Amino acid sequence: MPQVARPLSPHIQVYRWPLSMALSIVHRATGVVLALGTLLIVWFLLALANGPESYASVRALCASWFGMIVLFGWSWALAFHLANGVRHLFWDAGKGYSIQQAKTSGVVVVVLSLILTGLIWGCVILSGTGAQGGSA
Amino acid sequence: MIPGLDRSDMQTPLKRVQGLGSAKSGTQHFIVQRITAVALVPLVIWAVFLALVLVHADYAHARALLHHPFAAVWLVAFLIAALWHAQLGLQVVIEDYVHTRWLEAASQLAVKFVCVIAALAGVVAVARIALA
Repeated sequence: MPQVARPLSPHIQVYRWPLSMALSIVHRATGVVLALGTLLIVWFLLALANGPESYASVRALCASWFGMIVLFGWSWALAFHLANGVRHLFWDAGKGYSIQQAKTSGVVVVVLSLILTGLIWGCVILSGTGAQGGSA
Repeated sequence: MIPGLDRSDMQTPLKRVQGLGSAKSGTQHFIVQRITAVALVPLVIWAVFLALVLVHADYAHARALLHHPFAAVWLVAFLIAALWHAQLGLQVVIEDYVHTRWLEAASQLAVKFVCVIAALAGVVAVARIALA
């Protein structure tokens, strides 16, 4: 840490947020969320390995309103990080660097993340009304 | 390190960036982050399908799903790739935002330990189900 508070050049607070900048920080944030989510997957697997009682308690928590909010946010974070991650891989391959291309791919990523989230929850809702009765 | 390689000024810049520079790791972090990212694309799509099946699976059905060797191997691959990718990503986040030296070192250690323990626990859980 510096001894004297040296002046910093103004950065995020003086800029209007372009889409690319917002998506960049959201990619990070969703990455942190997904890291925590992966721990929940491990917790789920441990519960399933442990026996019917612990599996039932995990399912009950997932079916609660709190669990549903977490699962919904998680699903969008995953869809976004996946779509934007593929966008990053294109950049790593040297493609899509023009400002217009970056703007377009950013919009595509946002739309795609919403579509994927909708598909996931569409499957959950439709399969719930289908042949298999949910035994949560 | 290659045995017998003379680590003097004879190193080319390429050699240095490939792993013998000041950080002693070169582009390794960047490359592994990308390898795990590419691996996670199919792994995570499959994991979402599995999760969608598990939504309506009772205990016996869920155990039967993960008892299948393909599911067990794929799930272990997913867990290792995801937690490895998570550790690499969180490492950069900590490097960027935590500027107190001891706190940074402690967080980096904690993240590494948690990721390794989570991977091991996940593998043991899958093994218990698959081998039951």
